[in-house]
Amino acid sequence: MTETLRHVRHVLTENPVTLLAAGLFVFFVLAAVLGPALAPYDPFASDAARALQPPSLRHWFGTDALGRDIFSRVLVATRLDMTIAISSVILAFAFGTLAGLAAGFMGGATDQAIGRLVDTIMAFPLFVLAMGIVAALGNTVTNIVLATAIINFPLYVRVARAETAQRKSAGFIEAARLSGDGEAAILFGQLLPNILPIMMVQASLTMGYAILNAAGLSFIGLGVRPPTPEWGIMVAEGAGLMISGEWWVALFPGLVLMLAVFCFNLLGDALRDIVDPRRRS
Amino acid sequence: MLILIGRRLAAAIPSVIGVVVVTFVLTRALPGDPAAYFAGPNADAKAIAEIRTALGLDRSLAEQFLRYVGDLLRGDLGQSLSTGRPVLVELASRLPASLELTLLGLVISLSIALPLGILAATRPNSWVDHLCRVIVTLGVSMPTFFTGLVLVYVFYFLLGWSPAPLGRLDAFFSSPPDVTGLYLVDSLLARDGETFLAAAAQLILPAATLAIFTLAPLARMTRASMLAVLSADFIRTARASGLSAATVVFVYAFRNAMLPVVTTLGMVFSFLLGANVLVEKVFAWPGIGSYAIEALIAADYAPIQGFVLTMALLYVVLNLTIDLLYGIIDPRLEGAA
Repeated sequence: MTETLRHVRHVLTENPVTLLAAGLFVFFVLAAVLGPALAPYDPFASDAARALQPPSLRHWFGTDALGRDIFSRVLVATRLDMTIAISSVILAFAFGTLAGLAAGFMGGATDQAIGRLVDTIMAFPLFVLAMGIVAALGNTVTNIVLATAIINFPLYVRVARAETAQRKSAGFIEAARLSGDGEAAILFGQLLPNILPIMMVQASLTMGYAILNAAGLSFIGLGVRPPTPEWGIMVAEGAGLMISGEWWVALFPGLVLMLAVFCFNLLGDALRDIVDPRRRS
Repeated sequence: MLILIGRRLAAAIPSVIGVVVVTFVLTRALPGDPAAYFAGPNADAKAIAEIRTALGLDRSLAEQFLRYVGDLLRGDLGQSLSTGRPVLVELASRLPASLELTLLGLVISLSIALPLGILAATRPNSWVDHLCRVIVTLGVSMPTFFTGLVLVYVFYFLLGWSPAPLGRLDAFFSSPPDVTGLYLVDSLLARDGETFLAAAAQLILPAATLAIFTLAPLARMTRASMLAVLSADFIRTARASGLSAATVVFVYAFRNAMLPVVTTLGMVFSFLLGANVLVEKVFAWPGIGSYAIEALIAADYAPIQGFVLTMALLYVVLNLTIDLLYGIIDPRLEGAA
């Protein structure tokens, strides 16, 4: 354990960018947990007299067309954006890993059926498929989560299947089988724990993509509805004002969204270095 | 070569079937009663029942599916509730706008990503390499719609270099005579330089936005793949035989390094077609993406379904092109076929 901790510390301190990403991650977690308590203004309180004020000491990120404080709205939105991204990643992770395990371990008809399902999802441009799913299932936040999970599902299946197939006939699996383990025990007691670290890396690598996807869907008016604060919808609200020079309405939520994606992409790379030092880039 | 094309075409058939099945399932998964949905909010029970019979919703699922496939084969994608026009006609009239934007975005992206990746690979740890790394990391983190808005603010509002981000052509110009539907090509065919420049001015920012988004995976793959190839034995042999550095890099290494890059193109197209929708919204681009967004907001289902189907078929065709391109770059595949 101390060995692992030392390795984690080494990875963090060796590359300052990784340290920055870890710091950003802590920052986003704190904002998601404490956001509503920390916000200096009510994110829903509009005030026509203070509409479209540029950033100032009173309003750090300025105010929007309804006079709402953008800093408070961006802060409060963190929790919703993170919840959508994390729940869709968890769903895709759970179902994708199980399906990949089954396909890689059993082979044959199971493998073919799951492979066909994955190929069918991948036959669509993924964001377009997500639009179609949300449109068909109904325009709600739950369906945004579902659609994002479905388009991420193939990525998990492919990695889990390849990793499982590679280990299926390894020595430690033979040993477990000889010592009398049943198939289920081998699958969940031996193979699953073995591929889990790689799947975790996959999860943090796709987290950024999940955030982008969910924000993109709400940018075009799906899922989250006004006046709920959410980064994608806030950028959409400021989009028209960009032409007339009120840059702050769209810029700040957009920047924070970008930082969040950036943070998860860097963390994913760092996590891969910890789990699999050979693949270090 | 013909055999190879035939095999690839055959391999695309399951994808097409999958796509058709999924779009069918998506319509039948509509919340509540699809008949009520298609009838619109003001329909009474009798009208809904009529629509149900007209749509064949009272029959078995298998029968409905066959009908759906029959409609597709006849090119019938249904009617838009809000405009009353057939979906196929609208999609066909808007598709060139989307294609022009997507293709130009791809061309810009490739013409920056390939040289950047090659330079970064031939000079590891130089400033080009660092620049490449920064662009690659930032590029994948930038939400397309946000990049587009920042470009609009800088180049339209601050600098005044580009026209207002509203559509394909400034209101003072009339669209060129319709040949291909691509304004750049059509205006050139009509020898109308002014319209060409006006269309290019409208096109450059949205295309650049798409390019920035797809730059990252292409540059990263080019760099990684060039690095791997340049350290291979046959490159060492080529160098030892006294071939010039340019010949080694561009003739020997480049062609081999392109194979993984062409494979990445499949994923890039998936990104590109999705990002296209967002960019069309930001720049009020009259393509099929903004058509779908309008329909989504109006809860007008047939256009969305037609849009998803069109995009998916477009993607299948693009993937097919990639496969064929792969066969041209790597002649070993033909021998295998």
